[in-house]
Amino acid sequence: MAETNILPSGHTRIDHLEMLGISKRFPGVLANDQVDFSVTSGEVHALLGENGAGKTTLMKVLYGMYHPDEGRILLNDQEVSIQSPTDAINNGIGMIHQHFMLVKSLTVAENVALGSKSSREPLTDLHKVSQRIIDLGNIYGLEIDPNAYIWQLSVGQQQRVEIIKALYRGAALLILDEPTAVLTPQEVDEFFVIIREMAKDGHALIFISHKLHEVIDISDRVSVLRDGRKVGTYLTADATKGDLARWMVGRDVEFRPEIEVVERGEARLKIKGISCRSDLGTPGLRDVDLEAYSGEILGIAGVSGNGQRELAEVITGLRDATSGRIELDGEDISDLPPIARTDKLLAYIPEERMKDGMIKDFTIAENLILREYHKRPFSKRGMLNLKAIERHSEKLISNFQIKTPSQDTLAKSLSGGNIQKVVVARELSRQPRVIIAAQPTRGLDVGATEYVRERLLEERKSGTAVVLISEDLDEILALADRIAVIYEGQIMGVVQREDATPEKIGLLMAGVKEGAE
Amino acid sequence: MNFEIILHAGIATGSVLLFAAIGEILTERSGILNLGVEGMMLLGAMAGFGTSLATNSAWLGVAVAVLAGGLLSLAHGLVTIHFQADQVVSGLSLTFLGTGLALVLGEGLTGQTPPLLLDYNIPVLQSIPFLGPALFQDHGLLVYAGYLLTPFTWFYIQKTRPGMHLRAVGEKPAAADTLGVNVYGLRYLYVFVGGCLAGLSGALISLSVSPGWYSSQTTSGQGWIAIALVIFAQWNPFRAALGGYLFGMLRRLILDLQGPRLLFGLVNPLYVNSNYSFFLIMTPYILTIIALIFGSRAIAKKRAGSPSALGIPYIRGERGQ
Repeated sequence: MAETNILPSGHTRIDHLEMLGISKRFPGVLANDQVDFSVTSGEVHALLGENGAGKTTLMKVLYGMYHPDEGRILLNDQEVSIQSPTDAINNGIGMIHQHFMLVKSLTVAENVALGSKSSREPLTDLHKVSQRIIDLGNIYGLEIDPNAYIWQLSVGQQQRVEIIKALYRGAALLILDEPTAVLTPQEVDEFFVIIREMAKDGHALIFISHKLHEVIDISDRVSVLRDGRKVGTYLTADATKGDLARWMVGRDVEFRPEIEVVERGEARLKIKGISCRSDLGTPGLRDVDLEAYSGEILGIAGVSGNGQRELAEVITGLRDATSGRIELDGEDISDLPPIARTDKLLAYIPEERMKDGMIKDFTIAENLILREYHKRPFSKRGMLNLKAIERHSEKLISNFQIKTPSQDTLAKSLSGGNIQKVVVARELSRQPRVIIAAQPTRGLDVGATEYVRERLLEERKSGTAVVLISEDLDEILALADRIAVIYEGQIMGVVQREDATPEKIGLLMAGVKEGAE
Repeated sequence: MNFEIILHAGIATGSVLLFAAIGEILTERSGILNLGVEGMMLLGAMAGFGTSLATNSAWLGVAVAVLAGGLLSLAHGLVTIHFQADQVVSGLSLTFLGTGLALVLGEGLTGQTPPLLLDYNIPVLQSIPFLGPALFQDHGLLVYAGYLLTPFTWFYIQKTRPGMHLRAVGEKPAAADTLGVNVYGLRYLYVFVGGCLAGLSGALISLSVSPGWYSSQTTSGQGWIAIALVIFAQWNPFRAALGGYLFGMLRRLILDLQGPRLLFGLVNPLYVNSNYSFFLIMTPYILTIIALIFGSRAIAKKRAGSPSALGIPYIRGERGQ
């Protein structure tokens, strides 16, 4: 192949990009502290770090969304000034954001055309854009219908649109911010094939992640960030998973917590033939049967938006079921309102902890009694017993290691990990019979994640039935005794821990029943 | 009661609602809710009437009304876009501000007779049987302009590049921003345009449809009906036109119903006690609620309906945008 600096998309290659001494301060936080980073053409460079380590900040500086307080950016050894995303785009830098930047009510072609001048102003030139989308799709293996609306597409397809959007604008360097978070294992494999192809063709790729095995799978080099500082840059081939974890967290990490053998007891939660509607009025759950036993963690795996939220809400009474029956320790609770189910010791760790898990303008102490504020000793004859509330919150803050200046601190000023500890403390301190834990570790750092998982395992040991709804397959595989896979509101199958492999679960997550392929 | 007269009057008063509603549709499509329509309309009505009186030119009055509405609306833009304040609170305040300004500055205008906008007939079209006289005779040029504004606005929103940017800014501003679309600039622009059209509809009242300055009775709540109409229309200009003319006709019908002592051979309760007509005045709002109920199912299916980012200030770099 002839040596050329033109990419298959027709745009010029970026041979070498360097960020030197980047510092970025936010009020009270030094998000990036003198970070050096570089990436070359043909390379997949992973940027590894925990949440809050400064990965996304560093990349937003490169993409012109943040302005660094210090530091320089060199593109092919020339200093460049990137003041806005438009500057970044003009320099051949594209970014795929963690939360897709797509307008759902517009078509693929319209989304790609956004922000660009049209060749027949003021009218759109969508037929031209569509042709280019098809051409790019053929070159890079990203087939997509340009006339489809975004809301009609799967998450994996939406990601393709994001990549095409960047390529359409001439991206030679692509920043991928946690691109696999929303994909099934099979979609991740397909995605990695595309990434490797792009690298081979001379693109430079930056892969932001906190998933170690993905970093090892896909990257050539890896830079590790911790607390805003760079720990180092390494050849991926020379690093082990243990090394990466140690660099990322700053200490040794256990990957699979020791799972004690616990005798499975009685069925505590029985769900029979539950169906419900989604917010859009379409079927949300279809005839779901599940049982969760004392002393087990039942994992609910699935790609986001396949009925997980509806399931949690129907069990806790926040959403009406259209049919079916729910039993808690043999008692029918199908028609009870949420508060009555709470009183029967059904605990709920909601997915949106800031929105549904607590009242962010209330204090820690107040948030800790949200389930029992109406009962003695917290409330007597309609008056709050402040002494009792204070004693209760002091106890929980110390038992659950909640880091807070005081119990009168407003919930919203705590870190994500401590907020989750408040929710966990409130729910678990009541000695529940059944716990519904929805995405309990999403967005938490390694320390808080370990903490929450240990607490759930303790509950399992004490005879509680734990329903763990998680989109993080690694988490489900690490914790669950049985794994039920949900797809389009249906349970595709229940797999025992011993038989569970990512491939097997992945197929079910994609809606493929065994033997049906 | 004569249907042709009701239709003719409905078209004229409906045009007032149409301009204001289309302005509000453009503003809301960009993600900004402006509840100050009534205030902008009244200021426009006063400014148009007063300018026409002072300069002897009704069209200059219209121009000043447009500008007055637009400028007042920019105050809302400053508060909600730049300072990211609550759009409902700011919009309500704008109504008070606009109404107050109009009443103070309009002091002494009552009873004056400035030159008004003239009515015209459209050749050929006016001879269409039945519809011709109602739609194409004895209307001001602005009413005819309303016929053209509707398809134009629809085409602009759905088929042009700037229209696509407008939709994107109202649906997902962060996506538009990352592609170099000027979210703040566009939102200011459409807040201004919305205000201009509200001012225009005010002048249309005071200089053409029901000429005169009757302080706050000049607009008598039509700004609120225009906002209801936007929801009724599901942010679609054609439905806004349909609803506008329909609500216009209702207005006339309500007046007509109060006239006769006997209705269908029975004693007319509205004639006996005019307070009953309040129930009739509610009809546009009730229709809006009904349209909302029946519309919501269609919205869920087609993902149409209100712009997703409506009412939410855009703050660059904030999580979850």
